[in-house]
Amino acid sequence: MKTVIGLEVHIELKTKSKMFCECTTDYFGKKPNTYTCPVCLGLPGALPIPNQKAINWCVMLGLALGCKIPLFSKFDRKNYFYPDLPKGYQVSQYDQPFCIDGEIELSNGKKIGIRRVHMEEDTGKLIHEEGSTLIDFNRSGVPLVEIVTEPDFDNAKDVREYLQKLQQIARYLEISDADMDKGQMRLEPNISIKGSKKLYKVEVKNINSFSFVEKAINYELKRQQEIIDNGETPIQETRGWDEKKQKTVSQRVKEEASDYRYFPEPDIPPIRWTQPQISKIKDQIKELPDEKFKRFIRQYQLNSYDSEILTREKNLADYYEDAVKVGKTHEVSAKQIANYIINRKPDIEEVLPAQLIQKIIQSSTVTKIDEGELDKTINEVIKNNEKAVSDYKNGKEQAIMFLVGQVLRKIPNLDANLVKEKISKSL
Amino acid sequence: MKLNSLNIKEAVLSLKNKKFTSTELVKACLEEIKNKDKNLNSFITVDEKGALGQAKHADIKIKEGINLPLLGIPIAVKDIFLTKGLKTTAGSRVLEDYIPQYDATVIRKLYEAGAVIVGKTNCDAWAHGSSGENSDFGPTKNPFNNEYVPGGSSSGSAVSVASDMVLAATGTDTGGSIRLPASFCNVVGLKPTYGRVSRYGIISMSSSQDSIGHFTKTVEDSAILLSVTAGNDKYDATTPPVKVPDYEKSLKNLRKIKIGIPKEYFAKGLDPKIKEKVEQSVKFFEKEKFEIIEISLPHTEYAIACYYVIQPSEVSSNLGRYDGIRYGNDRSSFEDEAIRRIMLGTFTLSSGYYDAYYKKAMKVRTLIKKDFDDAFKKADVLIAPVSPTTPWKLGEKTDDPLAMYLSDALTVPANIAGIPGLSVPIGFIDKLPVGMQILGLHFSEELLFQMGHFYENGNRT
Repeated sequence: MKTVIGLEVHIELKTKSKMFCECTTDYFGKKPNTYTCPVCLGLPGALPIPNQKAINWCVMLGLALGCKIPLFSKFDRKNYFYPDLPKGYQVSQYDQPFCIDGEIELSNGKKIGIRRVHMEEDTGKLIHEEGSTLIDFNRSGVPLVEIVTEPDFDNAKDVREYLQKLQQIARYLEISDADMDKGQMRLEPNISIKGSKKLYKVEVKNINSFSFVEKAINYELKRQQEIIDNGETPIQETRGWDEKKQKTVSQRVKEEASDYRYFPEPDIPPIRWTQPQISKIKDQIKELPDEKFKRFIRQYQLNSYDSEILTREKNLADYYEDAVKVGKTHEVSAKQIANYIINRKPDIEEVLPAQLIQKIIQSSTVTKIDEGELDKTINEVIKNNEKAVSDYKNGKEQAIMFLVGQVLRKIPNLDANLVKEKISKSL
Repeated sequence: MKLNSLNIKEAVLSLKNKKFTSTELVKACLEEIKNKDKNLNSFITVDEKGALGQAKHADIKIKEGINLPLLGIPIAVKDIFLTKGLKTTAGSRVLEDYIPQYDATVIRKLYEAGAVIVGKTNCDAWAHGSSGENSDFGPTKNPFNNEYVPGGSSSGSAVSVASDMVLAATGTDTGGSIRLPASFCNVVGLKPTYGRVSRYGIISMSSSQDSIGHFTKTVEDSAILLSVTAGNDKYDATTPPVKVPDYEKSLKNLRKIKIGIPKEYFAKGLDPKIKEKVEQSVKFFEKEKFEIIEISLPHTEYAIACYYVIQPSEVSSNLGRYDGIRYGNDRSSFEDEAIRRIMLGTFTLSSGYYDAYYKKAMKVRTLIKKDFDDAFKKADVLIAPVSPTTPWKLGEKTDDPLAMYLSDALTVPANIAGIPGLSVPIGFIDKLPVGMQILGLHFSEELLFQMGHFYENGNRT
């Protein structure tokens, strides 16, 4: 028995305009059917004009995943009927996608093969309301990249890590926010257990978080194993994850592969790349998460835990590096900054790197103070302020703050609470 | 002389010289439509009010001395071109009430050139047909003999020009739908190079072959019109940025070129009388010291088979959107020919059959293209008959789809290869018109016009 899991991931690109028209892609939360035109509504006579930026970004993602970029590629029509698909076909890529044969390496050294990365258009959105179904075409035609892995996973944890890495890469490339809550990243695992009598594959949909994907896969593996243990073969089908019930439920039984009657999209001339064009796209790829992670360890003498947290998001990594630069002139070390950011989690939108360094200096003075000197000062203050001391002893709580103030006047930058504590102990 | 019998060139000049107004000209056309079209059925929609409004605007512009290539000229548009606010049916009951929200690029360009759109012409539903009889709004009749077909699918457009109801009309040619009716109706029909004229806003039939052209009374008018409609369109990715020459200006720049006669187009199946007519026309060029050579296009016999795989495949996909959910009537309004093509195409694209049909047809397509590439290394243009027969009687082939398909045998190869073709009238056989087609390299319309114009000038009746 062997667990076999493959993954199809869809990522919406955040280009300004849609894949084949000039409508904006920023549809989330907008009034239905306001971001539309003849093209994305699939009206008679409308034709697709491919968005070059989206194509370049698709190739960029492919390159970041170590894919090969064939010099010839084309769009195809995937024909099927569904109310959210206004043309009766989706413009997608069939046998000659933009990117093939890449891989992502997981932290345990395991390599997950990327079979293909291709470009297509998103569909409209069906909204089921009060017994009727409404269609919103604002999403129709938004550029969508599909990333298909080889069936290289054998556990849910690896799937989760792969997804996090993929999301991280898309965000690093700044081609998508890959926000699962907004449907900008959608996952469809294919799960099966080899060793049953017949070959089958179960696809799970409706998964909108990384933790759900883990749960759904584990649930599926258990469910399928039980069926196999009973001497039967699980049905080939599409199931959906039901978070309330914490289980997958059958949605659609697939007897055989759907026949989408693919054929080359005649409205879009094939794409012929030159090597310099591809190199140019490659040059636009800045440091990727894995490289940055390794460099941070090397350059800032961080441990892998710290480096992982600091490079998880590009914003934070950039912020950290800015702070390190400022820190250098104030003799604040890269490690100190890393510790502070990881432990205190400052709001990097609010606190400027220079301000952060000031904070670190302040807080570190407290810890650096010579304990002997502090005790000496406190004793002096107690000796010289007999009235305040007796007031405090007679129950006047406030009096202690006067003593604290006296200490702070002599040694600034101290944590007042710490001083207060020490004084009360001495009295 | 009736105003509506003028051609574009004459009318533009007279309007400019204030001999009459656009309103008068448009009224003359509307009058002719009223007189003739009950019988001929070339229009699905006549937009009298809109046309008179546009004519009024044109008259104001003419008064202001504004110069536009089609200012005040009444034209008709095949009912497969989307016209904003004006019903567009594609000749099908599915879209019998469909009012488009936008104008096709060609329509926009026509308006910008000052044209007055008089109405929308009848055609075979979804442009499927060679006779006009597949229209869900009744067949159009041949103006030279009402018992005969006018040719299709752009039947109404050909007839509206041939019978002086308008000065010119637009059409689409996917397998011969402009050249065939032009030759059956004694008018000039242009099928431009694939991609020369934008397809945006024109209801797609076979997207890789749809060519957007027009019918006119003279070759010169055809050149005037193409100068307006041609060019790269940011809404059609298949229109390359090839420069649009001033086709009218260069009309007389004809050199003594080499004319190829493709022998396969004169083989058995061709009406001997048509053969004779076309040969006479070739003789005319020969006498004028043009070099005539025989050419072979060896894969011609596979063209119809190839076409009837590629075209229905694309049709089956293109008609998928007409599901009655967002506009139009539901699928029960599709008639036999559309259903036949949807089924054919669905079959040929199905997994397990794709390689045997679609893929193979694409290979044949490459061979047919190569035939033409080779031919144009030897000759500058080709001259051939348009149709193997003269117009047939209404109803004669309606029960035999295959016979109907074969009437496109000589026009389809140009669509498969994407090359331009100009259909020019060359006379009559038994009082029914005959045409020849002049074929050229991709984007050689300039040369085709020069040839057609030279022929026309030398053979005035």
